Amino acid sequence: MSDDGEQLVLLQLPACADRLRLVRSAVREVAEMCGCSEATAQDIQVAVGEACQNIIRHAYNGDDKGILEIGISRREGVLIFKLQDYARSVDTAAIKPRQPEQNQERLKPGGLGVYLIHEIMDEVDYLTPPSGKGNLLRLLKRIG
Amino acid sequence: MKHTITQENGATIVAFEGDIDLESSPKSREILLKAVDDAGHVLVDLSEVSYIDSSGVATLVESLQAARSKSGRFALLKPSDPVRRVLELARLDQVFTLHTSLDAALA
Repeated sequence: MSDDGEQLVLLQLPACADRLRLVRSAVREVAEMCGCSEATAQDIQVAVGEACQNIIRHAYNGDDKGILEIGISRREGVLIFKLQDYARSVDTAAIKPRQPEQNQERLKPGGLGVYLIHEIMDEVDYLTPPSGKGNLLRLLKRIG
Repeated sequence: MKHTITQENGATIVAFEGDIDLESSPKSREILLKAVDDAGHVLVDLSEVSYIDSSGVATLVESLQAARSKSGRFALLKPSDPVRRVLELARLDQVFTLHTSLDAALA
């Protein structure tokens, strides 16, 4: 068993918008299997969904030939999600959650994804990919 | 994602069903912006929306702003629990007008 504990699921899929529903189903099922409440499973679904969306839109710029790998593991009351893409390495220091705007005059339509991920997950880190290629995002959620 | 459009007491009600995500949000954007363009009062019925992501929220925000720019009315009707949760997380539950019933929305 690695530092990530027990591996529960490993998905490899094209980074396409029409596959997000499949990912969300798997994430939700895993969360509920691990004893998460419906509300927590839903939150986790949102966070992982946003991370996948960012990979599709920004890492691969909508190129549907990109590959997305998602590993879900469990360790001592913690669920760990690792999302690997093989796009060009991004400047992870530049990926910061934007504070939501409540003034309607200054409201912007986009930019919420990273904020939602940070609101929901307990830890959000970029790791060095084992292959040296692409980007590896780790999300950690404490589930008791 | 499915949608229906109905009229009630001068309001256009756009009801979505299913997931509003990166795949379906472009379509929902097209539908809502057209509704806002055509009508002075738009209600978005989200009672049957099982999931919404940031792209879906962005569509709602853009539609709200489009309605405001033409002094129109734009409100969300009966948002489902998943929708409410994402709006709360995004601190947008105080930005949108939310109605829990059609009667309240049309009052």
